[in-house]
Amino acid sequence: MTTTIDKTAGTPGKYKVLGTRPVRHDGIEKVTGAARYGADMNMPEMLHGKILRSPHAHARIRSIDTSKAEALPGVMAVATSKDLPIIQARELNPGQGGPRLLAENDLADKKVLYKGHAVAAVAATSPHIAEEALALIAVDYEVLPTVLGWREAMKEGATLLHDNLTEKFSATRGGAGEDTGNKSNVASHLQLKMGNVEQGFKEADTILEREYNTQTIHQGYIEPFACTAQWIPEGRLTIWTSTQGIFGVRGNVAAILNIPESMIKIVPMEIGGGFGGKGTGYLEPVAAVLSKKTGHPIKMVMSRKEVFEGTGPSSGTSITVKIGAKKDGTITAAQLGMIYEAGAYPGSPMVGGVTSAVSAYKIDNVLIDGYDVVCNKPKTAAYRAPGHPQAAFAAESALDELADMLGMDPMDLRLKNVAMEGDRAVTGVPHAHVGLKEVMDVMKAHPHYTAPLGGPNRGRGVATGYRLNGGGSGSSATINVLANGTVNLTTGSMDLSGTRVAIAMQVAETLGLTAEEVTPQVVDTDSVGWTGGSGGSRITFDTGRASIAAAQLVIEQMGARAARLWEVQPEDVEFVDGIFICTKNTDDKFTFKELAGKLMTTGGPVTCSAMDTQGGVGGALAGNIFDVEVDPETGKVDILRSTVFLDIGQAAHPSYVEGQMQGGTLQGIGWALNEEYFFTPEGVMANSSLLDYRMPTSLDLPMIDTVIIEYANPRHPYGLRGAGEHPIIAPLPAMANAVSRAIGVRMATLPISPGAILEAIEKKNTNK
Amino acid sequence: MSEKIHVHTTINDTEVDFLAESRQSLLEIIRDTLGMTGTKEGCNDGNCGACTVNIDGRIVDSCCVLAVEAEGKNILTIEGVASPEGLHPLQQAFLEEAALQCGICTPGFIVAAKSLLEREPNADEARIRHWLAGNLCRCTGYDKIVRAVLKAGEVMNQGDGAGRATTAAGAGPTDQRDVYND
Repeated sequence: MTTTIDKTAGTPGKYKVLGTRPVRHDGIEKVTGAARYGADMNMPEMLHGKILRSPHAHARIRSIDTSKAEALPGVMAVATSKDLPIIQARELNPGQGGPRLLAENDLADKKVLYKGHAVAAVAATSPHIAEEALALIAVDYEVLPTVLGWREAMKEGATLLHDNLTEKFSATRGGAGEDTGNKSNVASHLQLKMGNVEQGFKEADTILEREYNTQTIHQGYIEPFACTAQWIPEGRLTIWTSTQGIFGVRGNVAAILNIPESMIKIVPMEIGGGFGGKGTGYLEPVAAVLSKKTGHPIKMVMSRKEVFEGTGPSSGTSITVKIGAKKDGTITAAQLGMIYEAGAYPGSPMVGGVTSAVSAYKIDNVLIDGYDVVCNKPKTAAYRAPGHPQAAFAAESALDELADMLGMDPMDLRLKNVAMEGDRAVTGVPHAHVGLKEVMDVMKAHPHYTAPLGGPNRGRGVATGYRLNGGGSGSSATINVLANGTVNLTTGSMDLSGTRVAIAMQVAETLGLTAEEVTPQVVDTDSVGWTGGSGGSRITFDTGRASIAAAQLVIEQMGARAARLWEVQPEDVEFVDGIFICTKNTDDKFTFKELAGKLMTTGGPVTCSAMDTQGGVGGALAGNIFDVEVDPETGKVDILRSTVFLDIGQAAHPSYVEGQMQGGTLQGIGWALNEEYFFTPEGVMANSSLLDYRMPTSLDLPMIDTVIIEYANPRHPYGLRGAGEHPIIAPLPAMANAVSRAIGVRMATLPISPGAILEAIEKKNTNK
Repeated sequence: MSEKIHVHTTINDTEVDFLAESRQSLLEIIRDTLGMTGTKEGCNDGNCGACTVNIDGRIVDSCCVLAVEAEGKNILTIEGVASPEGLHPLQQAFLEEAALQCGICTPGFIVAAKSLLEREPNADEARIRHWLAGNLCRCTGYDKIVRAVLKAGEVMNQGDGAGRATTAAGAGPTDQRDVYND
C-alpha cells in the first residue's frame, strides 16, 4: 500500500518509470549463482592468507616469533605490523582516527585491545596450511586487566586502554572539540542543549526517569569479509573486494602502505550485505603486503567467528532519560545521558544518538550529554542509522511510559509534540521539508492501530524512528549512448540492495526510456569519477542526482546533433516525452532511438559524465506497530502482526523500498528480542557462531506489512528521500513497548530474551 | 600435504571426478577446486544455509559434508537449477517478487525451496517458513522470499516449467528436514 501525501510530486501516474516494479538488472546473475562476490575470486598462482588473532582481550605484545611458521612447507610469507609503513612511520594517536588507527586495527602493533584483534598474517598454498601455520607463530603477551564495558571503563581509577588518549569536550555537533587534557577511557563528551531543562522540569506535571541498556550486537551480513590482492612487482596494486566504498578503500590502502592512490585499483565484487559494517576494510592492506612479499595474488576470506570477533559490531549503550510533561501532554523538558561503547578505539556512533533521540519532537528545553567510551571489545563500525536505534529505544520507550502516566494514547502524545518545518532540533538546525506529522497521522489512522488485540498476554507496541540523513559526500556517473537507443550507466556506487535498478529508473525517467533500456554497471576506481561510499541512505538519492545530471547532458548533446541534421540552432530543439522535436518545424521529430542510431554519422559517440555533491537527502521518519503474544510459561514472544511505515518522498522501485522496510524490521526485531554478544569476564565472546548468536529466521516472523508514505523531498528532481536506514530504528522501542504492555512490566534492557521476560514476570508476581 | 583421494560423483547431471584431501568439505571442492562459486559460504558450520545443495534428494549444508562423502552421489547446485530453456519458476518468482537484496543467500534459498516445491507444490506459508528456517537472510525480512515460493508453487502446479523442475537429483524419498522436524 502506498499513501501519497504530497500531490505535487508523489502523485500516482505522474511518472512513467518511477513507482513501477521492473526486474532488477543484476537479478538473473544473482538467482543463477553467476554473480561474483568477495570470496568468488580464483586466480592462477593464487595463494591464501589467514590472520592470527589475539586470544586475550587486553595485552601488551612483547614479541612475535614467526620463524617456525615460515619454515612450514607451503608457507610463502608471514606479515606483522612491521610490514605496514604507516605504523612504522608514526605512533598511534587514538583520538585522531584516520588510516593510522585503521592500520592498528588491521594488524596490532604494541598492544592488542580485544579478543580477536589481528596480530599476524600468513600466506600459504592452501587455506589449511595457512591455518596450520598460524598455530606455529609464537606471540609473547603480557596480559593486562580486561576493561570489559562502559561501567568498568568509566570507573574511578580504571585501567586505561590508551596511554595517550585524552577526553575531548564539544558543545556543537561536528568538529574535534576541546581537549580537556584528562587521560581517560572517555574519548569524547558531546553536550547539546536548548532552553533551560531545570525550568522545564518545574513546569512539568509528570516526570519520568529511567535507565535503558543495550548490548553489543552485529550487523550480521551473511557474506564474511573477503578480498583478493595482486601487487605486480614494481607495478600497480589491484584489489578485488567486497566493500561499501571502493574509493574509501583506495584512500586507506594508499595511506597505510604509503603509496600513491594512482598505483591502486580497487575492483568491486558483489557485496553480500554490509549494513554499514563494510564501510571499513580490514583485510585489504594485509593481503596487499602478502602479495608484495610473495609475488602472488593473495585471497583472504574471514570465517564467521572472525567476523564476530574481529570486525566492527554496533555499540552497547546505557542511556538515562528524564522527561517531563504537562497534563495535556506538552513535553516541557527532556534530559538524556547517553553512553556508547566505542570498542577498542574511539568512534562509536554516539553523535547519531545524541542528534536523533528526541529530534522528531518540538521540545523547548533539552539537555543531552553523550559519551564515546573505549573498552576491550572490537572497534565498533557503522550499522544502519548508526547510534539511532539505541537512542530511539530509550526515548521512544520513555514516551510510551509517559503516555501511560498521563493517561494518553501513545500516538496522541507524539502528535501533540511533533516537530514541524522550521522547528529547531537540539542540533540547532531547523527541520526542513520533513513529513513527521504526516507519517504519524498515517500510523494513527491505520487499521492495525485500532484493530482489537484479543486474548490474554498480548500487547501492541508503537514507536517512530527519526533519521538525520546527510549525503552529499559525492557521486559520479557516466552515460554512454548505444546505437540501438539504449544507454549504459556507469557508477562507483556499490549495490547493497537494489540501487542499480533504482538509479537506472531515474535515468530512464529522464531520457524517456524503459528501465530495461538502461544498463547500470558498478565499476572499479579507474573507470569512474570519485564516489563516496554506499551508506547514509544516500545512494538512490545522491548517485541518482548525478545520473540524472548526466542524462540531462545526454539530452543536450543529442539535441545538438538533431539541430545539425535539421540545420537549426540547438535551442530550436525540444525534448518532450522521449522525443526530440524541432520548434521551427514540428514535423521534424526523432525518437531517442532514431537519433541514437545517427550519432556516429553526426560527430561521434555521446558520452556524458556528471557528479553531484549537493546532499539534501534529509531527515525522515519511519514507524512500526507490533502485536505480540508472550507465553508466560516460556517467555517466548510470538509476533502476531507487524506493520512498518516509511516516508520515502517518492519510491523509485517500491518493491525494494518495501524490502528495506521489511529487512530493517527484521534486524530491529533481532536486536530487540535475541541478539547480543555474551562476553566471559575475560572478554571472550562466548557465542561467536550463527547458532548461538541468534538472528531471526523465517519461522520467527510473520509477513511484514508495509505502508510507503510519499512526502516529496524538494531537494531531489523526483522527490526522493533515503530508504536504507530509518527502518531499523523504530522496531526496537516498538517491540519493547509491545512486550512491556503484554506482560505489564517495563522492559528497559535489550535483548528482551525469554529469560529476561520470565525474570520480569516472576519479579512482578513476587511484588504483588 | 595430506594424501588426496579420488572421488567420482555427478553434479548437475554431469559426471565429475576430483581429488580431495580427507579434511576438505564438499563446499570447498565445489567452490575452489571445481570453480562453481554459486554455492556460498556464510558460516562454514551449518547454521546459515548459504551453501545448501541437494544430494540424492536431500538438502544439506555442503560445508558440513566431507568431499569424499560425495562418492557416487547425485548432486544439484544452484548452477543446475536453470536449464537452457530458461529460468526455473522459483528463479523467475524471486526476480518478479524482488525476493533478494544483496543476493548472497539467494542460491541456498532457491535450492532449498526447490526441494520443497517438488514434494509439495501446494506448501502454504507456515510450511514454507518451517522448511526454510535453516536458511538465514539478513536483508529481506523473509516476506518477499515466502511470497516468491508461494508464487512459484502456483506456477509449478499449473505445469509451467514442471518438466524441467525435476532433475535427477531433485525429488527424493526422504528429506533431512522432515527427519529433523517431524
